[in-house]
Amino acid sequence: MTTATARISRPGRNAAKPSRDSRSRERALAWARRAPLLPALIFLIIVTQLPFVVTLIISFLNWNSLSPDKTAFAGLENYATVLTDPDLRQAIFTTILLTVSVVLASLVIGLGLALLLDKKFIGRGLARTLLIAPFLVVPVAAALIWKHALLNPTYGLINGILTWVWALFGGDTAPQLDLLSQAPMMAVIVSLVWQWTPFMMLILLAGLQSRPMDTVEAAQMDGATPWAIFRHLTLPHLRQYLELGGLLGAIYIVQNFDAVFTLTAGGLGTANLPYAIYQTFYFANEYGLASAAGVVVVIGTIIVATFALRTVFSLFKKEAAR
Amino acid sequence: MSTLTPAAPRKSGHARSTSRASSTTGPLRHGKSRMDPTRNNTAAGIAAWLLALLFAAPVMWMILTSFHSETDAATNPPSIAANLTLDAYREFFGETSGVSPWPSLINSATASILSTVLVLVLAIPAAYALSIRPVKKWTDVMFFFLSTKMMPVVAAILPLYLFARTVGALDNIWFLILMYTSMNLPIAVWMMRSFLAEVPVEMLEAAQIDGANLLLTLRKIIAPVAMPGIAATALICFIFSWNELLLARVLTGVVAGTAPVFLTGFVSGQGLFLAKVCAAAVVISLPVLFAGFAAQDKLVQGLSLGAVK
Repeated sequence: MTTATARISRPGRNAAKPSRDSRSRERALAWARRAPLLPALIFLIIVTQLPFVVTLIISFLNWNSLSPDKTAFAGLENYATVLTDPDLRQAIFTTILLTVSVVLASLVIGLGLALLLDKKFIGRGLARTLLIAPFLVVPVAAALIWKHALLNPTYGLINGILTWVWALFGGDTAPQLDLLSQAPMMAVIVSLVWQWTPFMMLILLAGLQSRPMDTVEAAQMDGATPWAIFRHLTLPHLRQYLELGGLLGAIYIVQNFDAVFTLTAGGLGTANLPYAIYQTFYFANEYGLASAAGVVVVIGTIIVATFALRTVFSLFKKEAAR
Repeated sequence: MSTLTPAAPRKSGHARSTSRASSTTGPLRHGKSRMDPTRNNTAAGIAAWLLALLFAAPVMWMILTSFHSETDAATNPPSIAANLTLDAYREFFGETSGVSPWPSLINSATASILSTVLVLVLAIPAAYALSIRPVKKWTDVMFFFLSTKMMPVVAAILPLYLFARTVGALDNIWFLILMYTSMNLPIAVWMMRSFLAEVPVEMLEAAQIDGANLLLTLRKIIAPVAMPGIAATALICFIFSWNELLLARVLTGVVAGTAPVFLTGFVSGQGLFLAKVCAAAVVISLPVLFAGFAAQDKLVQGLSLGAVK
């Protein structure tokens, strides 16, 4: 009932003929309501919107800080470079691949874990806590652990376990993986899926626990198979939670910098757009080009965000209606 | 809400099972097991525990390795039962190298705590104006806040860097604090609004009728409901600031460098240093692990911006 709250916030609206006095009082009241909001709003506009406008302007300039005297208006040249330069095109592709694969994999695994944790079993609380742990390791630290302690080809844990298991069965030439140099993209994806699965699990678990149990019980009484209940009751209910988790995850993973920076330093085709932009302005000093690439990221994000906002809005409307 | 359409209503009214629906354990869930809910849960429990241990294994390995000597840490197959030692921690805190991580840890703490305080100071009044005494079109304002969060940091970082360089705010912790405040403010506003929306309207109206002034209402009615929410918001903002790398890497250097920036010193290998890396990762992750587990109950609500309870 948003309208109800809105109506309360408009006192005197139904009065037949508001006098000038009451109208100015109404205005003062409205400003009194707005006052607590303004500091946050103004601060955010200055710190986030203003810089983006500047980025937009720089993106149309030919500006390399190493040769500042050559700075000139470049039109859409930078944008053409972003879309044709093989490295930056690769970065766009990498960003999409990374985001889609990490989000999908962590959603699927997160759903499985949430379904398991939705049941009662011994030590459920502790198992949940253990499952959250990956999300609570500082991202740079997590990437370092994956790089050095788990994936390292000579003394990493994964190869160590392979050697150990092979030795257990009498073999002495265990296969050894070197994900970091043979499939670096896979290394980045695996480490990010490990970190983001708990996030998806938490959101989906909350969704499962808000499921109306009476319909499920009725279905069970009618002898519906667990699969039928999952397919026709649980999954439709979870849909908006899946969407929410996927889209929030996508917004964070599109921006990922830590894992790419730490695990592969953007080498071997793993540089995503945030990393490529960082390189372009921090090391290559190509300010115009970096800004154009930044604008491209924003456009991509807006496309994802439109869907995200719609999903959040549908949940939000339900809550606001209460 | 959703109407029930059982796909295959076999022997209706028969064999009522108390177990809840799921498909993950496959064949076990069909036939006989449906009569025996305890067995179902045992299977699910075992599966859940195995997966939980698998997911936690890297964390546990990180902690175990941090207590091993460098030579025991770098073996293949792994030496799980090697002697425990604090050497790696001594090394991390600069016993031989003389490079102390303390300045970066203090910088991280300063940036995270002060930005969190600033966020709360700005977000709580804003959330009040969006829930308890809402402004007109408050939903539009909410979505404006959210949309700023969706803009990637990389799209604004160059102007911020140039601005900081021009005014001499580069490598200054205060500039980083302002950045972290803007980074977390939208999340905090959304979270705080969802917590403040839980304040019962009837109680607010009753207080108004009884002539309670704003301060009394805030203290007696709003604060008790909002306090756990404020705590959870603070913990989540703290975590995000503590974890942040890109802004810190670009905007700080030797003076104001934070713990994640310090950690990037370990990106390339340096001989036998695995235990030291693990010790570093443990030390720097500890505050986040504590904050996260402390906020566990409200973590979902926070991470989903209050959309999920």
